Amino acid sequence: MAQTAEAPVAPPPRADERVGRKSPMARMLARPEAGAIAGAIVIYVFFFIIAPPFRNASSFSSVLYVTSTYGLMATPVALLMIGGEFDLSAGVAVTSASLTASLFSYEFTTNAWVGVLVALGVALLIGFLNGWIVVKTGIPSFLVTLGTFFMLQGLNIALTQTITNQVSSPDISTLQGFNSAREVFSASWTIGGVNIRTSVVYWIVFVIIATWILLRTYIGNWIFSVGGNPQAARAVGVPVGRMKIGLFMAVGFMAWFTGMHTLFLFNTIQSGQGIGNEFVYIIAAVVGGCLLTGGYGSAVGAAIGALIFGMVNQGIVYAGWNPDWFQFFVGALLLGAILLNTYIRRRAEASI
Amino acid sequence: MFRSRRRAIAIALLMVLPLVLAACSATGGKKAAEAAANGGTGVAAGHANTKNFTVAMITHASPGDTFWDIIRAGATAAAAKDNITLKYSSDPDPTKQAQLIDDAINSKVDGIAVTDPNPGALCPTIQKAKAAGIPVVMFNAGYSNYQTCGGMEYFGQDEKVAGVAAGKRLAAAGKKNVLCVLQAQGQAQLEARCAGVKEGLGSEGTMSKLYVNGVDNSAVLSSMSAELTRNKSVDAVITLGAQFALIAIQAMNQAHSTAKLYTFDTSAAEIAKIKSGQVQWAVDQQPYLQGYESVDGLWLYLTNANVIGGGQVVLTGPSFVDASNVDAVAKYAQRGTR
Repeated sequence: MAQTAEAPVAPPPRADERVGRKSPMARMLARPEAGAIAGAIVIYVFFFIIAPPFRNASSFSSVLYVTSTYGLMATPVALLMIGGEFDLSAGVAVTSASLTASLFSYEFTTNAWVGVLVALGVALLIGFLNGWIVVKTGIPSFLVTLGTFFMLQGLNIALTQTITNQVSSPDISTLQGFNSAREVFSASWTIGGVNIRTSVVYWIVFVIIATWILLRTYIGNWIFSVGGNPQAARAVGVPVGRMKIGLFMAVGFMAWFTGMHTLFLFNTIQSGQGIGNEFVYIIAAVVGGCLLTGGYGSAVGAAIGALIFGMVNQGIVYAGWNPDWFQFFVGALLLGAILLNTYIRRRAEASI
Repeated sequence: MFRSRRRAIAIALLMVLPLVLAACSATGGKKAAEAAANGGTGVAAGHANTKNFTVAMITHASPGDTFWDIIRAGATAAAAKDNITLKYSSDPDPTKQAQLIDDAINSKVDGIAVTDPNPGALCPTIQKAKAAGIPVVMFNAGYSNYQTCGGMEYFGQDEKVAGVAAGKRLAAAGKKNVLCVLQAQGQAQLEARCAGVKEGLGSEGTMSKLYVNGVDNSAVLSSMSAELTRNKSVDAVITLGAQFALIAIQAMNQAHSTAKLYTFDTSAAEIAKIKSGQVQWAVDQQPYLQGYESVDGLWLYLTNANVIGGGQVVLTGPSFVDASNVDAVAKYAQRGTR
């Protein structure tokens, strides 16, 4: 899987550095994700050279795993950003979903799958409420979801504490249905000594679906138009409000999915988890070419952005750099990737 | 389209309902836990008829850290016994924690129990409480400076001493390369633990540090497995919190590491892993005792002007939970008091 995932990434930009002037190339470079692909290659080569463990397929599968946990969420977050909105509650919503599933099925001693379904309802509801408030009030989603970010954070802790008298969810691994749910959400196989988790496969599948929606369906056109110019979109009959609510619900859906993965991998969930991840999702989308102002971006770009973040995070550990400097290196490498990204985009725009 | 979607949702919900009713689990869950828990779920005892006091307990617990559940369970038990109204609050950010202490002073509580993980940051505020005539006891963190801060008593372990004890035990087990996993950066007591481990190992072995993002389980798992893949010579992993030991088990499997696993602090799930042999031992600072003694110490002072320990440190650890005593501890861990 490691090979198939990097194969489509590698060839084009290596070619474009030499023949960047040709017009199909220029069109390639004008894609939102072009700069991110170049950044990803530079970072991959960088760690490939300085960190020997990074070269193993098994290490790269671990990079892909951590990437997938960010990438699953970065995908709908990118769609939402193309649609012109933010969701700062996305990180804690993941924890809300896992807590709902585990607390519900534990408290009522139900089959684990019942909790999974209840959590799906709750996650979609969170997305719906975010979108509904944004659409009905016209308040910037940055502020609305900042509010729900804190509210969910509080609910996660308070409800867990009220229900269980502790701050983490009880162990649900002995419930019926737990094993089958684990098979679905958090399974892993070893192929040729390389450990692969299902979340990586799901991530790639969801990126493909999102790309198809964006580029091949009218809903994709609507997303771009809603984010690019909502007035114009409304004028030509695009249901702007419902599109935005739908996008927030897509974030809710993936928060549920990611939450189920985490829950069934770790059996218990601490109620304070997930804080700060909302920015990782947004960073992945932006590094991948999404504009903060909406109307422009791609799902593949967000996936590459997540890959850059995953490679930097794991690569620094593989390289064995002084751990005190970890955060600094993460920031510096991300900034470098963004600078390269911007540089390539400017050149591409100039050469068209 | 909208109407049909709404109908579809309604139908889906109706279909789920009987599923919910029928889909009870025959194994695990709360029913099993309730069946297992015969008798009370806490340390129950008598009830004092002294005046009702209000005590504020302010800690640096980060939201969702299971360790603090045990401290809180101890504090709650003592409060119930001593006719005390306990106001618990916490914030890992020292400036916000200082604000919480200020709030407690302003609301004129009868006593304050506080932790001080960042020496210096909280001292001025704690001294303000003393100046306002509110007795302050300190616990868990602040070993080195509780007296200068105005703390009347201190309940806890010296993290450095605990680390040294752990390091010595690792050296005795013949460990050469110890990986110390820290769940946060810039916390004095976590650093003290790792420094202690290093000191305890002495010339017997080396200690390296790994920082992980403690609020993201997947990130913790990936960072640990990356480090264990990079550094194959690691033969002992020591985590600084019980829940991270549980993740370390998965990380070590993933990295095909043959290292042994050790940890600071305990939780029910982790004690089960000591029983099954996946965790060798845990350094136990007896958090229940810290919470309990802090509240009870204030009560003794408020009702009888007693000072436990005569103002000296009252050590609650380090003790060890290992194969030899895990059976005795396990049943208390299950109810959340160890």
